[in-house]
Amino acid sequence: MNLHTEKVVKLTLVTVTSWLVAALLFFPIFWMILTSFKTELAAFSSPPSLFFWPTLENYYEVFERSDYVRYAMNSVIVSFVSSILAMIIGIPAAYSMAFYPTKRTQGVLLWMLSTKMLPPVGVLVPIYLLARDTSLLDTRTGLVIIYTLINLPIVIWMIYTYFKDVPKDILEACRMDGASLWQEIRHVLIPITLGGLSSTFLLSLILSWNEAFWSLNLTASQAAPLTALIASYSSPEGLFWAKLSAASTLAVAPILVFGWISQKQLVRGLTFGAVK
Amino acid sequence: MSQLSRNARAARFLVAPSVLLLLAWMTVPLAMTLYFSTIRFNLTIPGMRNFVGFDNYIFFFTDPSFFAGMSNTLVLVGSTLLITVILGTLIAVLIDNPFPGRSLVRILLISPFFIMPTVNALVWKNLLMNPVSGFFAFLANSVGMTPIDWFTNVPMLSIIIIVSWQWLPFAILILMTAMQSLDQEQLEAARMDGAGPIAIFRHITLPHLARPLAVVVMIETIFLLSIFAEIFTTTGGGPGTQTTNLAYLIYTQALLQYDVGMASAGGIVAVVLANIVAFFLIRVVGKSLAGE
Repeated sequence: MNLHTEKVVKLTLVTVTSWLVAALLFFPIFWMILTSFKTELAAFSSPPSLFFWPTLENYYEVFERSDYVRYAMNSVIVSFVSSILAMIIGIPAAYSMAFYPTKRTQGVLLWMLSTKMLPPVGVLVPIYLLARDTSLLDTRTGLVIIYTLINLPIVIWMIYTYFKDVPKDILEACRMDGASLWQEIRHVLIPITLGGLSSTFLLSLILSWNEAFWSLNLTASQAAPLTALIASYSSPEGLFWAKLSAASTLAVAPILVFGWISQKQLVRGLTFGAVK
Repeated sequence: MSQLSRNARAARFLVAPSVLLLLAWMTVPLAMTLYFSTIRFNLTIPGMRNFVGFDNYIFFFTDPSFFAGMSNTLVLVGSTLLITVILGTLIAVLIDNPFPGRSLVRILLISPFFIMPTVNALVWKNLLMNPVSGFFAFLANSVGMTPIDWFTNVPMLSIIIIVSWQWLPFAILILMTAMQSLDQEQLEAARMDGAGPIAIFRHITLPHLARPLAVVVMIETIFLLSIFAEIFTTTGGGPGTQTTNLAYLIYTQALLQYDVGMASAGGIVAVVLANIVAFFLIRVVGKSLAGE
């Protein structure tokens, strides 16, 4: 066997194995999407029907019956508002620590990170009682406040690493020109780091959208987002697989696309800059 | 010149809102949990708030479900870590070299990480693991085996599979990014010297991945200690307490039995446990911060 054939064999082997592993890992998602286009009867049939006339009836039903739009709106509003708030609070903090570090900056950064490690269940009781006593239980405002706070450390860290990559000369030049702090951030820093800032926003959006501890414990009917709608399908009377699949597909589709778009940048945020 | 120093002074203050918010978020509820853990406090009995010292902790530790919750937590975290780290490393190395369709393969591999936990749990429980109409039952039937009743016979294994499916892509994503910074010249030199693929993996790839692996292990541990939605939507902690982890146990005590005192004692235990891991994670991250 010469060197060329050896290379071809190796490449074929790697290609086949990789595709096989990828297909295996993706299969549950593929199966969910497939089931969402079946009738309830076909979804239950054993052996499963692989060839069938696709139907959109589940999607119609999900929209009409289970009030899907209300849950989806809760998800959209809560995750967007909390991510925007986290950015508004986080950008100035990251700016301050990246460009005007003090002796304490490193300690502050690590301390912020440590707040992220508090297990939610450790503060479940007080947060539940505080929310109840301030009438924030089962409100979007309550969820927005909590999501903003739990994502703030990740947002600050991720933006901080992007700001650190900005050459100091650029900012110094515009300071020499007498630009105010606000002008410097608004007209120089934000445009330069727009890519990093958007990935940060996307990560915050993904994490809020999929958050399923506070949303399950603090909401009931008014503010419940999609995570809670899907959880309601676990009750025995909700054993409609095709509708569950349709509702699930709709719930994960937008976030899946966001994840694909920002996959390379997410690593930074997910590892607090330890892996780039 | 004055503009410069004025900016500097103003900039220092910009970190204040974040610090104050996070300080409040961290200390107020935690102080309340700590206080609740020392009083007898049940939401169904209004007005009762007697100081009881360490009684709640003693009740919590001597409750038979505490031992179950603790060992289930360790089994769940340990098994998931093992599965995701080993498979994650192998897959990250496998897809490191270019091959046809690599970017699509990457997208397919990391997708499960973006699926919300409740969807993940119900798709596995119903569509795949249902003993009658699930896909796995169909596979078992078609090779002449009896389908496994996953959530009745092997409930913990089922949860581990579900959680691993979600977190394996996380390990792959981090490790495959880390692989890209591997020194290609060093690899080439090792190959010239006649090093085989296993020797290269052991002596070059693994040492290179040491820090990313440590980060993956620690971040996963932090999140896996708090697994909740997957259990909530599938087994509800059962059968018995077979899939009750610490987080789920505290939830049942707080919001199902309304025993705030005992749940708070449990909450403090969970915080201490997470802090042990956090201590090491922060040291690793702190080193990479100082190294910049």
